[in-house]
Amino acid sequence: MSAPDATQPEPGPATREGGRFVFRAQVFTADDLRRAHTRIAHEIVERNHGADGLVLVGLYTRGAAVAERLAAIIEGFEGVTVPVGALDVAFYRDDIGLRPVQPLGPTEVPVDVTGRTVVLVDDVLFTGRTVRAALDALTELGRPRAVQVAVLVDRGHRELPIRADFVGKNLPTKRAEDIRVRLAEVDGEEDTIEVWGPADGGGTGER
Amino acid sequence: MRHLLSVDDLGRDGLEELLDLGESFLEVTRRDIPKVPALRGKTVVSLFYEDSTRTRLSFETAAKRLSADTMAFSVSGSSVAKGESLRDTVQTIEAMGVDAIVVRHRSAGVPHRVTTWVDAAVVNAGDGRHEHPTQALLDALTLRRHRGTGLDGARIAIIGDIRHSRVARSTTKAFAALGADVTLVAPPTMLPEAEAGWPATIGGDLDDLLPTLDVVYLLRIQHERQDAALLPSLREYTMRYGLTRERAARLKPDTLIMHPGPMNRGVEIAAEVAEGPASVITEQVANGVAVRMAVLYQLLGSGATVA
Amino acid sequence: MPDSLVVRGGRVLDGTGERTADVLVEDGVVTAVGAGLSGTRTLDAAGCVVTPGLVDLHTHLREPGHEEAETIETGARAASLGGFTAVVAMPNTDPALDDPAVVAAVLAAGAKSVCDVHVAGCITKARAGVELAPMGELHELGVRLFTDDGACVESAAVMRRALEYAGSLPGAVVAQHAEDPQLCAGGHMHEGEWSSRLGIPGRPAVAESSIVARDCLLAELTGTPVHFLHVSTAAAVATIADAKRRGLPVTAEAAPHHFTLTDADCATFDPLFKVHPPLRSATDVDAIRRGLADGTIDAIATDHAPHAAETKEKPFEEAPPGMLGLETALGLTLTELVEPGRLPLADAIALLSSRPAAIAGLADHGGPIAPGRPAHLCVIDPAATWTVDPARLASRARNTPYGGRTLTGRARHTVLAGEPVVVDGEAQR
Repeated sequence: MSAPDATQPEPGPATREGGRFVFRAQVFTADDLRRAHTRIAHEIVERNHGADGLVLVGLYTRGAAVAERLAAIIEGFEGVTVPVGALDVAFYRDDIGLRPVQPLGPTEVPVDVTGRTVVLVDDVLFTGRTVRAALDALTELGRPRAVQVAVLVDRGHRELPIRADFVGKNLPTKRAEDIRVRLAEVDGEEDTIEVWGPADGGGTGER
Repeated sequence: MRHLLSVDDLGRDGLEELLDLGESFLEVTRRDIPKVPALRGKTVVSLFYEDSTRTRLSFETAAKRLSADTMAFSVSGSSVAKGESLRDTVQTIEAMGVDAIVVRHRSAGVPHRVTTWVDAAVVNAGDGRHEHPTQALLDALTLRRHRGTGLDGARIAIIGDIRHSRVARSTTKAFAALGADVTLVAPPTMLPEAEAGWPATIGGDLDDLLPTLDVVYLLRIQHERQDAALLPSLREYTMRYGLTRERAARLKPDTLIMHPGPMNRGVEIAAEVAEGPASVITEQVANGVAVRMAVLYQLLGSGATVA
Repeated sequence: MPDSLVVRGGRVLDGTGERTADVLVEDGVVTAVGAGLSGTRTLDAAGCVVTPGLVDLHTHLREPGHEEAETIETGARAASLGGFTAVVAMPNTDPALDDPAVVAAVLAAGAKSVCDVHVAGCITKARAGVELAPMGELHELGVRLFTDDGACVESAAVMRRALEYAGSLPGAVVAQHAEDPQLCAGGHMHEGEWSSRLGIPGRPAVAESSIVARDCLLAELTGTPVHFLHVSTAAAVATIADAKRRGLPVTAEAAPHHFTLTDADCATFDPLFKVHPPLRSATDVDAIRRGLADGTIDAIATDHAPHAAETKEKPFEEAPPGMLGLETALGLTLTELVEPGRLPLADAIALLSSRPAAIAGLADHGGPIAPGRPAHLCVIDPAATWTVDPARLASRARNTPYGGRTLTGRARHTVLAGEPVVVDGEAQR
């Protein structure tokens, strides 16, 4: 289970239904998260030799919030307003019809992405299928010069040849575990990222 | 949701879910490439026993923008014209491997009957005088977008041949389910025969209502109605029930004017009013594609039909 | 010793009283009713009620013209399984029963069947409501009931002339399908709450009651008996009750579906529930039940209307009206009226036998069960519960709206002129 799908559990050996998941560990405190955002923001600007021609496109729901935060930080130290968009990938997913796939919000990208460098922003990178869908969704909007991926957590278990360019933290997990991301502006709670696991301690895959 | 046969199938939550989905698809329809791959490999057939180029095109456009394959079953010149039964026709179509059947028929209840004969999802695209649920959805979406808020408390008058109108029945139910206060206005010969199934105030004085309304929803008046002794004349209808310039002037400045089309300008609505700034009639058409995408996606793509 | 038949050990109920007795039948005639009788063949009737064979005033046998839906042979078999020993075949065949040759052919075919088939002749040629059918010639063949059933005699002037003319034919009764075609134009179900919900154009109750009121006045004017077919509305029942209080020569029948089903049953849009007059409101159903109980309505008649399966697979508004009735009428009467205490059993039997026999002038039918009377008998097991299975009906058609419904009471044996045509619920030929 990965947080990009927090409202849409993928089929797997365990689900969050029935309160079977229990808290295991806190990975990021609010302060950790603040520092991670700052670092990722600097890395993005450094890698791209400035902020001109950048667009941050967050994936609903929490990726969109992270993109807004990164843009605010970049503006703070670089003095450049980076356009921020939000992308819904539901209609591009490869598991439509296998489970309920509902859009989380309307896609809104305020600028033409053609010729720009797009940084896709999400909270957690897991199988890579969401990013794959996002690449398709983005292509429908135009032809970016380049696409990069920024995430707060890379938890492994990739099923597609996709990697992140900017990572808050690499976190080995078991497949059955759940990375729970809470962001103040989305969840109305203090920022935190936690690992939860099945109550029976089960699960498959290495940690 | 297995099928969409009636607004009754949805309830307030179901309506709002489809309207939210409709908003997402509205964004898609505005893109340079207004298409998503969501229903690749699915087949949608339109089975129209009654001519309605507008509705058929709207559904077919919706299906294509979801990347579904589409087939149109034309009744004239087909086996139906040779007397094949409804059941044989739909079972033959299903045998070709279709996932959804969009049915339009001049008789009430045909989509309901079709569901008893096939496994495919069935969408009611208008059945007799009964229902036209996607019209109600697009009307509700149009209104919701214009008001910014929901429909709660909106005062809506639906004016015209209510009794013989599937649009009036579906739209009344949808508006009322979303919290609006609906009044049906028509000559007594065109009001419902009974209150059942009409969550609305039946009958009202148009001129008294005008200054209180948030929405005026007009229905097409058909010329043949005067032959059936329902109306003395179209001129008298316009005099008593038409949205003339004078009546439109008595509406609040932000009152919206809706019409499901096609319009009889000069009968139920004055041409200047139809083209005026309060009219959202052309938006209704654009929203039609988005809500039909929402319906097809909900039936075929949301996982609801997976065993 | 010639063949003889004893119906042993039942409660004999025939309008003259009720007693437990054996019934001895010889040569097609009842020869004794009493204790300890014996014959060469015995039908067990222990725990059962022995009644006169039932009489249906209103059966559509479809032959000639629509043999894919029913034939005289299959319809008669369905009738006998339902406990009927006599049916009156409606004239809306193709060609219509407005011609002596056609009527004679139907009577001849009926004579070979397992039920006594009588014929209702048309009032007007081709049931078109314009010119009178040869009522006198048909009367010569034994026709007593005249009707354009399926169509209402719309013109008051034509109805008046038909009544005047029929007044010269002894025993003739003019039976009206009381539904004003103009008020019903384009309609397919009862106009009311459910037509409003379903968007199916309606047939208003006033279409029936207005014709009933008019024809009561014409019966008064002419003195000729008028029979109202399949009365379905509270207003019509009230009008008929009023006419009877005034001594007018009117009678009426009601169909089982009009005291069992309501317009709400149309909610599935299944044309099995489409019938003319249509299934009415619950208020109307109550009025029909009360009219049967208080004697306003004289007979229960099936309006057995077979239709080929594919015709009922059309849309509701395009399917033909009508439903099967012969094999379920007795069970519905017992289940819906007698068991809940709405109607005494003896009255129910009278509504199904002696009273319709009297209206149709069938002197041999309807009892009493007494020496010298033709042996048309029905042995009813009032406690038998059974579930209607459309696939097992004897009718050629399958359009019953009661599939899956459990009924209490059914005909166990049916005896036609001394011949056991149904034994233990099985047709014998």
